Amino acid sequence: MASSVDSPISAATVHGDHDVTVWGGGASPYSIPSKKLGMWLFIVSDAITFSAVIFAYGYLRLAAADWPRPFVAASIGNATVMTFVLLSSSVAMVLAVRASGLGKVSGAVGWLVATALGGVVFDILHIHEWLGLIGEGVRPFHNPWGTPMFGAAFFTMTGLHMLHVTIGVVYLLVIAVGFGRRKFSATDVEVSGLYWHFVDLVWMFIFPLVYLLSAKTT
Amino acid sequence: MEHAETAGLRIVFSVWFGLLGLTVLEVILAYRQLPLQTMLTMLMFLSVIKAALIIAYFMHLRYEQASLFVTLIPALVFILIMMTAIFADSSRLAHMRSLVQ
Repeated sequence: MASSVDSPISAATVHGDHDVTVWGGGASPYSIPSKKLGMWLFIVSDAITFSAVIFAYGYLRLAAADWPRPFVAASIGNATVMTFVLLSSSVAMVLAVRASGLGKVSGAVGWLVATALGGVVFDILHIHEWLGLIGEGVRPFHNPWGTPMFGAAFFTMTGLHMLHVTIGVVYLLVIAVGFGRRKFSATDVEVSGLYWHFVDLVWMFIFPLVYLLSAKTT
Repeated sequence: MEHAETAGLRIVFSVWFGLLGLTVLEVILAYRQLPLQTMLTMLMFLSVIKAALIIAYFMHLRYEQASLFVTLIPALVFILIMMTAIFADSSRLAHMRSLVQ
């Protein structure tokens, strides 16, 4: 059975006949490598994880009468710089994928390291922000200003994101070393790029929801 | 080939500047004295545009087959809309709290 199905499919795949091959399982209906599809599916599931956390924050904030707005101009400035760093590292990532596709190994490795450096700068700035809040007395279930759940929501959302950035930095450096040694392909670089852009994308929601909506305006 | 590549880079840098510009716009909005709900709506509108730009150009989804988009995105959007169901309970909680105090 298997062999009788296999041979016409592989023959049809060579000729690019989609009608025959898509339902036979022998074609590539999305015309992308399976690693890339795997990363896309992970990203969708991870997006749902982040959404659940963000919606939980919305739930808590809507139900609370006295949600704190502690972020002074220096904190908003810091978070804005973090946003710029992350967006720029995404551009470096695009250039890394482009260089790897053109077979420029040292260029790709350089841009990958630059991207990872952006992630490190982001982490340092964010840890600085965390330490500032902790110094002011913010704890997961206690803070000096208002509803006690503020700390839990803040540390969970930004912590989950920081964890993603940190894992991304390690991931990118592993890919950079592997690609430099010709162990990984241009597809591996592209797949790591999808992950990095997603981490960037999530911050585009956390930045306004956590920081901008809690800016101290008076 | 050479021509197509420079055009590609131009798009990437345009998207980059667009994203930076939208971020500046969001920060300016944060310091306007607007009702929380108006502010939330405007910020989320801008963030969805930013997310769409990142997905389309940085993550390259615009240049993939339409079937990949159809497989990944509509189901995700549907799930996000379903999640908003919890907010009815959230406002009930706020109402009950106001009765107690």
